[in-house]
Amino acid sequence: MHREDPQPDGITRFAAPAGGEAASTHRRSLRVGIGGPVGSGKTALVAALCRVFGPDMGVVVVTNDIYTTEDADFLRSAGVLSTDRISAVQTGCCPHTAVRDDIAANLDAVEALEQAHDPELVLVESGGDNLTMTFSRGLIDVQMFVLDVSGGDKVPRKGGPGVTASDLLVVNKTDLAPHVGADLAVMARDAAAVRADRPVVFTDLRGDPRAGPVTDWLRLQLAARRGARTT
Amino acid sequence: MTDPDHATTTAALLLLADSRLPAGGHAHSGGVEQAVTTGRVHDVTSLDAFLRGRLSAAGAQAAAVAAYACRLAGHDSADGGDWRRLDDEVSARLPSPAQREVSRAQGRALLRVVGRCWPAPVLSWLGERPHHAVVQGVAVALTGGGTHDAALLVASASVTGPASAALRLLGLDPVDVTRLVANLAPDIDHCAAYGAEASAVDDAALLPAPALPMLDVLAENHARSEVKLFAS
Ligand SMILES: Nc1nc2c(ncn2[C@@H]2O[C@H](COP(=O)(O)OP(=O)(O)OP(=O)(O)O)[C@@H](O)[C@H]2O)c(=O)[nH]1
Ligand SMILES: [Mg+2]
Repeated sequence: MHREDPQPDGITRFAAPAGGEAASTHRRSLRVGIGGPVGSGKTALVAALCRVFGPDMGVVVVTNDIYTTEDADFLRSAGVLSTDRISAVQTGCCPHTAVRDDIAANLDAVEALEQAHDPELVLVESGGDNLTMTFSRGLIDVQMFVLDVSGGDKVPRKGGPGVTASDLLVVNKTDLAPHVGADLAVMARDAAAVRADRPVVFTDLRGDPRAGPVTDWLRLQLAARRGARTT
Repeated sequence: MTDPDHATTTAALLLLADSRLPAGGHAHSGGVEQAVTTGRVHDVTSLDAFLRGRLSAAGAQAAAVAAYACRLAGHDSADGGDWRRLDDEVSARLPSPAQREVSRAQGRALLRVVGRCWPAPVLSWLGERPHHAVVQGVAVALTGGGTHDAALLVASASVTGPASAALRLLGLDPVDVTRLVANLAPDIDHCAAYGAEASAVDDAALLPAPALPMLDVLAENHARSEVKLFAS
């Protein structure tokens, strides 16, 4: 069907078959969820990933945080992301719901950015407020969970789906470990105990604004995706 | 398809009415967030007044639209022109651009769910971003419900969603809020009966247009506010 008429309210309608499956195998982009407690460094990590991958691959970002113009300004002033590549989703006071139980608004935001920019990398940031947060596989392909050492070295032991089941656990702000008395070896040991073989990396985004260990891991994911699409 | 005027309720209808349906509804407050921000709604009593107004205007209007869409979905002869006409008439009943955008965003989200749970050729007539009440009516038809079911679903949702938004924003006692909605049940039933009856017209242009300008003002101000927790 080819109907395509501008509506009085400026919305173009297409008569297309409705509501197909998220065709993950046909799409070009890798969709990456970035979750973790408030202030752990998710946006700093997004900035790092935009810095590293943006120029070559095109990166777009969906944020589920309470979104102010300062957030956009932060990424824009860091010179890593133009405003039209970031989209904010309102979560109705339930950030978990929006990325896990009812992902409709996030899917709409992701698809709109993909249509506009054809990126290879889509980042979905959600400031879930505790350790129980996890992204729906209907929304993202892989997910990372960002903790920071100042939350205390006991956090990995508490587990929760974010810590145990995320594809990559990022322990950030290692530069602060001496100041807060956090023992990184304890964090590594406890995380390994609950994560089977899933990887854990330690970062200091102050000292390494390109997030070396995370980008190395993500490169592998991107390569795997490209391989899967070409075979 | 079943006769829309005499269809029976099914378990699938309960699914459509469940607030856990993954169609984006949890993030919409239907104007409550703006009403709370501006102090209009601040407790159970002011919430009650707000919901009554909402039901009588937005609720009644959407109930009639949904019932009409439910009946249209049962007409094999209905074509793109009929659906386009209904779409235009719904747009005409939503003077605030923000309201129209919210209606289409929710319609699209529900279409995602319906297209995968109850796929049917009629869905392809609706376009990518149909109005919410239209998709609600079609969804009811596809699950075997009738015009009254469609009107009831929509009338009820027009207050239950905003009520739970108020609960979250104001930290009200959840049983107080539930009791408030329980006390509204006769009004919701009345609104559903009104919507079903008003939908029995040959032409979408003859659907009623009850309105409450304050809802449009709230929607426009919400869309313009910098920090917001809900999408509407
Ligand atoms: N010392 C230190 N500070 C960091 C590091 N990473 C991020 N920060 C700082 O931590 C603060 C919070 O970082 P964000 O990236 O905004 O954290 P977030 O997880 O996005 O926070 P929310 O979105 O509010 O949940 C900022 O002031 C950052 O500059 C790090 O590795 N070391
Ligand atoms: Mg952030």
